[in-house]
Amino acid sequence: MSSCHGDGNCGPATLLAEAAGASGPGSRLVAIIGPPNSGKSTLFNRLTGLRQRVANFPGVTVEHRLGKAQVRGHFDVDLVDLPGIYSLSPRSEDERVAHDVLHGRMAGLPRPDAILLILDSTNLSRHLTLAAPILALGRPTLILLNLADDLRARGGDVDVDSLSASLGAPAVLISATTGEGIEAVEKFLARGIALPRPVELPILQDVPRCRQWARGVSEEANYRHPAPPEWSRRLDRVFLHPVWGPVIFVIVVGAVFQTIFTGARPLMDAVQAFVQISGDWLGRLLGPSLLKSLICDGLWSGVGSVIVFLPQILLLFLFIGILEDSGYLARAALIADRTMARVGLQGKSFIPLLSAYACAVPAIMATRTIENKRDRIATILIAPFMTCSARLPVYTLVIAAFLPDRPFIGPLLGTRAAALLGLYVLGFVAAVVTARVLKSSILRSERTPFVLEMPPYRRPTLRSLGLRVTERAEIFLKRAGTVILGVSFVLWLLASTPLIHGAPPPIEHSLAGRLGHTIEPLIRPLGFNWKIGVGLICSLAAREVIVSTLGTIYGMEPGKDAASLQHALQRDLTPAGAVSLLVFFAFAMQCMSTLAVVRRETGGWRWPAIQFAYMSALAYVSSFLVYNLLSR
Amino acid sequence: MQLSFKKVSDQSGLRSLAELGPGEDATLVRLDLPHDFANRLMELGFLPGSPVLAAFSAPGGDPRVFRVEGAEIALRRETALQILISPAPAAAH
Repeated sequence: MSSCHGDGNCGPATLLAEAAGASGPGSRLVAIIGPPNSGKSTLFNRLTGLRQRVANFPGVTVEHRLGKAQVRGHFDVDLVDLPGIYSLSPRSEDERVAHDVLHGRMAGLPRPDAILLILDSTNLSRHLTLAAPILALGRPTLILLNLADDLRARGGDVDVDSLSASLGAPAVLISATTGEGIEAVEKFLARGIALPRPVELPILQDVPRCRQWARGVSEEANYRHPAPPEWSRRLDRVFLHPVWGPVIFVIVVGAVFQTIFTGARPLMDAVQAFVQISGDWLGRLLGPSLLKSLICDGLWSGVGSVIVFLPQILLLFLFIGILEDSGYLARAALIADRTMARVGLQGKSFIPLLSAYACAVPAIMATRTIENKRDRIATILIAPFMTCSARLPVYTLVIAAFLPDRPFIGPLLGTRAAALLGLYVLGFVAAVVTARVLKSSILRSERTPFVLEMPPYRRPTLRSLGLRVTERAEIFLKRAGTVILGVSFVLWLLASTPLIHGAPPPIEHSLAGRLGHTIEPLIRPLGFNWKIGVGLICSLAAREVIVSTLGTIYGMEPGKDAASLQHALQRDLTPAGAVSLLVFFAFAMQCMSTLAVVRRETGGWRWPAIQFAYMSALAYVSSFLVYNLLSR
Repeated sequence: MQLSFKKVSDQSGLRSLAELGPGEDATLVRLDLPHDFANRLMELGFLPGSPVLAAFSAPGGDPRVFRVEGAEIALRRETALQILISPAPAAAH
């Protein structure tokens, strides 16, 4: 192992950049391509470090990474990391993207000047198949045989020179994890390389022919297949054991949950305290003025109420990163497949749905691994039913206000915890039922073929986990700084206008208050008055906003005086109304960020519109029924 | 190699991959699956003429993991039923 795990400055590209200083003339684009699990991303991270960003190609939902590798001061090389593919025939969306980029047909991206083809050397005879279509492009290509350390450790071998000769392009053994052989990549990036010598390639459309060609080439190069990784088998014997497998699965999922909720708590409290203290400080600095009201009560508390969730989301991504990099995620999908199949989905939908318990936004982004479009959309549509962490403050407030805490099932589970658990179950049931309905109606598809390659178990590196978490933090904070900031501003404006004698009006007479009164006839059948109405309108931006809004309406700080907010709620809601409110929050689609991400991921407004309409209707009807049944 | 779209017929005496017991190996003969899906499986290593070995299965017994050319691929039973195999040559492994 290299000595620089987790250290952002240890990539050779960075070292060279430090030595070389400024970039040279011109800029070249080099594409990294390879099959899934070949170590593409590890290589990309090694070459670019933190100088990378995630981007979406226009019109498609496939994500790609762009990064800069400064090499020996000759060139500033732009690297693009393409999705993992087995062939270049444009069948799946991933393959189409790779195909279009390599042919220079992707809008906004020039045709790559050179290609780094990365293959898993422990799986060479299979992975070489991809070399045929890549070499047929006739671009300068360097073939990287990754996992060289693994190959040797397991007694495999390959004659690289002979392989280069039969492919007509240079090949090198490397290890993207340890950095072995990376100099060759740098040399290639710095100096460029001649076009490949034309060699006889098979007809690309004929898959069996291509496979035979690949096998022939690897035999010619005296490829000795490494012994199967015995310890990986041994782990599978445990993780896929008929009894222990599911037990471990439940423990892993439970541990993820527990950490997201209880482990993140101190961190969230710290962020909350920071938001509170800095807000107070800002308030004192500005003095009582309209500006203070805008900045402290409007923007800062609005953005702050969302930033509080940052620790939870980062922990979630850390966990998913560990599970994915270690190879367990594929096993989890395998275990979950049978259960998911019952509701018409497949094993790969399991991870996004698990993530949705923290937040639907990363969950919806995580559906990218599902190749079947209909399964993917079904998963996207049901993900917001999972009880996300933004519902938690609302649930906690209402339950605490209306339900005395008594032992329910023994001393372990109190009434309040039981009610909370019930709401989690409610969301889950709504998701399952919706999935069934969708998969047997508008999203009906052929029983999806489920194919999943089981990657060997690997030790996750701190470096890659660090990069993942930083990347997600950046995306999340960017959203808090744009969307949430904008919504907070609008809310503040509605709550503070029209001005009366130069001061904000009492909330009842503000635009927000009038809006609340306007919709009161609509929500009265659900047991809500205009104050709850204002809260509902505001919570359209994000669910947890209702807590701070109700605090504003009742004229108190929700954080400081939770008990009095509960008392105020008791005056305005009957117990039946409280249950109705909880049911409403369990089902309603009150999250701009989710709608925005659904639009981006599905490439249009159609699905977010359907989702919003469906969830709102379900919430309204269910709340109506619950309220009227209970008030009888 | 041929690709056909009709249901599995047993006249040839071939078995389906789903009947392969854990730890048993065989030779792949034919993939009775839609063209694109068959191609995809062939890219993954399910190539007619290649050896295949049944490895682990998910705790419920479905999907199962098959080993082809050093890779482990999970397939559902309904897919495995459409893949035909013949007994492995005695010399194999």
